[in-house]
Amino acid sequence: MTTPGVAVELVELTRVYGTVKALDGLSLRIEPGELVALLGPSGCGKTTALRILAGLDEATSGAVKVDGKDISGVPANKRDMGMVFQAYSLFPHLTVLDNVAFGLKMRRKAKADRLSRAKEMLELVGLSEHSHKYASELSGGQQQRVALARALAIQPRVLLLDEPLSALDAKVRTQLRDQIRRVQLEVGITTLFVTHDQEEALAVADRVGVMNRGRLEQLAAPAELYANPATPFVAEFVGLNNKVAARVSGGTADVLGTVVPTLPGSVASGEGLAMVRPESVTVTADPAGSARVSSVAFLGPTSRVYVTLPDGEVIGAQLTSVAARAFAPGDPVTVGVDADGVLVVPS
Amino acid sequence: MSRRLLRGAAWLGFGLFFLFPLYAMADFSTRNLLAGGRTLRAWANLVVDDALYQAIVVSLALSALTVIAMLVLLVPTLIWVRLRAPWAKGLVEFLCLLPLTIPALVIVVGLRNVYLWVTYFLGESALTLTFVYIVVVLPFAYRALDAALAAIDLRTLAEAARSLGAGWTTTILRVVVPNIWPGILSAAFISIAVVLGEYTIASLSGYQTLQVEIVAIGKSDGPTSVAASLAVLVFGFALLLALSLATRGRRRRLTTGVTE
Repeated sequence: MTTPGVAVELVELTRVYGTVKALDGLSLRIEPGELVALLGPSGCGKTTALRILAGLDEATSGAVKVDGKDISGVPANKRDMGMVFQAYSLFPHLTVLDNVAFGLKMRRKAKADRLSRAKEMLELVGLSEHSHKYASELSGGQQQRVALARALAIQPRVLLLDEPLSALDAKVRTQLRDQIRRVQLEVGITTLFVTHDQEEALAVADRVGVMNRGRLEQLAAPAELYANPATPFVAEFVGLNNKVAARVSGGTADVLGTVVPTLPGSVASGEGLAMVRPESVTVTADPAGSARVSSVAFLGPTSRVYVTLPDGEVIGAQLTSVAARAFAPGDPVTVGVDADGVLVVPS
Repeated sequence: MSRRLLRGAAWLGFGLFFLFPLYAMADFSTRNLLAGGRTLRAWANLVVDDALYQAIVVSLALSALTVIAMLVLLVPTLIWVRLRAPWAKGLVEFLCLLPLTIPALVIVVGLRNVYLWVTYFLGESALTLTFVYIVVVLPFAYRALDAALAAIDLRTLAEAARSLGAGWTTTILRVVVPNIWPGILSAAFISIAVVLGEYTIASLSGYQTLQVEIVAIGKSDGPTSVAASLAVLVFGFALLLALSLATRGRRRRLTTGVTE
């Protein structure tokens, strides 16, 4: 079952469409058996990078290496990569079993072998009982699980996942996300996962690469990326979406009356904007407080309490819903910061 | 209730409108004009009359050749345009629809010089009309195939097939074609209907196709001419019925939806 992982390397990839530079010298190395997520907003070049790796698009310059060999000129059907697409991609005229066996048929495997392998893969994704159905008889989540089984059936050297969860509803997304990670670890395959969903990337990946304008802004383990974002863009993309006025001096910043160490990449001294994630903001009921609660948004187990500061800025604090029940719009409060470090960018 | 009655009346009206001419043709083609009563002589002539039989064979062969050549030319071209050259879509559409705007007479005059070369290389067989008929059926076939391709996620299906190891030919034959099969059948049957009904080009080019032969026979033997016309009509209806039956199961399979 286990496929030995191979290293994948994108070397100085550039892709230009007319006047638009979709990739601007992207370099990335994925270690054997590792799952790397490329995270970024629409148009940042993450899907272009994946498509170039798959052989479905050509780089303007740069190289793609798998297991140390340059495969830039190898066509998509010879690259030996399994891919799950954002859009439902099962062949509508084939049953689930035939879909999963398709790649093996292309490899001229004996019928008995390919059917046995296809059944094995369907068992892996928990869809054995649907093997005789057509794609139109499956739900979106089931279709993507079959697509995953189909991609893995050919025992590819690399697995490519192009926003495979984006068309699914929240509950199915979480289930399938966890299943993808479980299967990837079980099979041990080198995987590139492209997504625009921060939570998804942080949950499944060994390392997350945040992309912006065709470049990799930061590549790090999820915890490292979350704790120490290298740039304001990364900070904003991983949820540090409160920008609060701060004064920096001597490696610390005074933010909302709390002194917090600054993270590398922060301004050295003077005024700046501290990027603070909502769960690091504390809110305390205080009749003498100068800030006012402007609204409370219920999100299930947590709630977002929005507070208007005396200077008119609004910041969001993430509290447990139980704690947030104590606040109502108009309540006077004091706010603070509870973080090990903050990134302060020029204001 | 009144709605059902209205629908029934409409069906009856349309049925009579379309079937009455066929009934009249069947009646005329089985009438013994000299001795009175009924005879199947005119229908027997379809195979006994050698010239008519040859014309039927030629027309059927022309239909088959035209359909094959049209599909070989158009299916890969339209797939290629959608996947690799979307900028050429307007141009291809224009070229395919152009024959609709050119009268058959103009086409014949225009092709005369070209056909000097065609007959020089391929002889004077009526089957060389295939080349003209491909052009004539392009507008109808293009519409059917383009609509079928628009109904599927061609790019994703093709890319999925490629990523699984399929080359371009395999991708087209094993993935794209089965999913546009209703469109291919439509294009094929419409093309057959057009070829079997085409008279002007064949006549002006001097070839003896079924329609040319029907007109010629009609001058001396009305019942046989009408029998041949009715046979062509029935053949056309049978093709459309076959199309409907052949694509019904597939349409259902492609469109059945399941909720999350």
